[in-house]
Amino acid sequence: MKCHHCDKQATVHLTQILNGQMHKMDLCESCAQANGVTNPENLSIGTLMDSTEGDTDASAGVMVCESCGTTHQDFKKGGRLGCEACYHVFRPVLDPLLEGMHAGTQHLGKIPSGSESRVQFEQSVDDLKKHLLTAIENEDFEKAAELRDQLKALEKETQV
Amino acid sequence: MFHDLLNKFGSSKKKSKSIPVTLSTRIRLARNLKEFPFPGKAEDGQRKAVLSKCMDAMTDMDTLKECTSLEVDDLSELDRQILVEKHLISPELSQVDEGSGIVLSSDRNCCVMINEEDHLRIQVLQPGLEFEKVWKRADELDSKIESQVNYAYDCELGFLTACPTNLGTGLRASAMMHLPGLVMSKNMDKVINAVNQLGIAVRGLFGEGSDASGSIFQISNQQTLGESEGAIIDRLNGTLKNIVRQENFAREKLMQDDGLRLVDKISRAVGILKSCHLIQSSESMDLLSLVRLATDFNMLPERFRSLTDRMFIEIQPGHVQFSAGKPVEPSDRDRLRAELLRKEFGRTPQLNLEGVS
Repeated sequence: MKCHHCDKQATVHLTQILNGQMHKMDLCESCAQANGVTNPENLSIGTLMDSTEGDTDASAGVMVCESCGTTHQDFKKGGRLGCEACYHVFRPVLDPLLEGMHAGTQHLGKIPSGSESRVQFEQSVDDLKKHLLTAIENEDFEKAAELRDQLKALEKETQV
Repeated sequence: MFHDLLNKFGSSKKKSKSIPVTLSTRIRLARNLKEFPFPGKAEDGQRKAVLSKCMDAMTDMDTLKECTSLEVDDLSELDRQILVEKHLISPELSQVDEGSGIVLSSDRNCCVMINEEDHLRIQVLQPGLEFEKVWKRADELDSKIESQVNYAYDCELGFLTACPTNLGTGLRASAMMHLPGLVMSKNMDKVINAVNQLGIAVRGLFGEGSDASGSIFQISNQQTLGESEGAIIDRLNGTLKNIVRQENFAREKLMQDDGLRLVDKISRAVGILKSCHLIQSSESMDLLSLVRLATDFNMLPERFRSLTDRMFIEIQPGHVQFSAGKPVEPSDRDRLRAELLRKEFGRTPQLNLEGVS
C-alpha cells in the first residue's frame, strides 16, 4: 500500500470517523510524522479540523459561544475552549476530534460526590444502553462492541 | 517569607529514596470551577474571585500540612524561575500577570497552581516510581477541594478543561526517567516512536519543547478520556517498567561491547566535575548524568545518586543566582556553578571497577 502523500510504503493507517462517516488514510512513517499523527501532543487540532473538508466548516464557521465569546475560529487557532458552555456549543466539531484524541468518548473516571452528578451518571448508563440497541439494530457492530465495553466498564465502577 | 520557605527547603536534606533510572513520579489533575470562564477567557475580577475561592478551599486542610499560599504577582522573576527549576510550577504559570497563585505543602510534595491554563492544577510528586502513593494523595486532595467548591463536570465528558486534550479525568501521570543507556546506544528514537503508538508522550526535563539534557525524559499519558484513572496509571506504569528493562539491557550491552570507552567517559566526567572553573548548565547536566550512571553500576557509593539528583536542580541558572544572593552575569554564573560542583565532587573516590570487564 502506498502513502497518500508520496510513493513510499505506507506503514501508518489512520481511521477517523467524521460526521458518522469513516475516513481512512494510509501514510508512510515520515509523512505521518510530518503531520503529527504519531505524536498526539503535536497533533494540531487545527489541521485535523481542516481535514473535515468544508462540510462541518460551513455550519461551524458561525459558531460562537454566547457565554464567553469564544468563536470556532478561536478554537481552531488556539485549541482552547473558553468555558463550560463552549463544550455544548462546539460539541459537533469536538466529537470527531475527541475520538481521535482519546481512548474513548465516555468519561469512565472519578465522579464528583455531588448527588446531581450521580443521577446524571445513572442517566448515562441508560443512554449507553439505548445507543447500544440502536447500533445493533443498524448492524454497526464495531460501534456496538465499543459501547458494550464502555457499558461494562461503567457498570463495574458502580459496583465498587 | 518566600525566601524563608526556600531556605527551609534547602536545609531539609532529608534522605529521600533515590533509585536507578526513575527520578520521580508525578500526578497532575486539571479542574475548573463551575460558573466561571476558564482562566484564558476570564476577566481580572473573575480571576481574582476564582483565586480567593480556591485559596479559601485549601486553608486548614490536613492533606496540605501547614501549606504556604503565594500569589504569583508577589514573586520576583528569580523566585518564579526557582519554582520552575524545582518542577513545582510550570513555565506557563511563571509568565502570567495577575490573579494567579500557588499553594505549596510544607513537605513540598503537593503543589496546587491556581489560574494556570485551568482554574486548578493539583500536583503531587515524589522521588522514585511511586504511582500508588502519589495517586492516593492527589485523589484525596482533589476530593477535599471538591467538598468546598463546585467543579465543572459533565457526566459524559467528565471534568471539563480548557484544552480538550485534558478532558475527562484531567489526569496527567508522569515519571522523570534517566535513560543514558538508550541515548548512548541511539535507541531513544525507537522508544519514543513505540510509546507514542500507545498514547504515551516523551518530553525533555522541563516539559513541552525542552531538550533532553542529562538524558532525562518526562514520560506521560496522552489520553485522559475513555479510561478510568486506574487504567491510565496502570498502562503508563507497565510501559515505564518496560522502558526500565530496555534501559538496563542497553546499559549491559554498552558495558559488554565497549566497557572501556564507557569507563573512560565516566572517569573524565568525574575529572571535570572535580576540577572545572567555568561550566555551563547543559555540560554539567551531561556530566552529572554519567555520575548517576556510575552509581547505578556500583562504581561509586549510593550517596552519589542522591547528590546528583540534588545537583540536577541546584546547577540550574535560577538556583545558582539564588545561592549567590545577588544578581549575577551569565559568565559569572558559570564560575559559581563550577565552584559548587568542585566543592560537592572534590572528594569523589576512585571508581570501583570490580566486576567491570
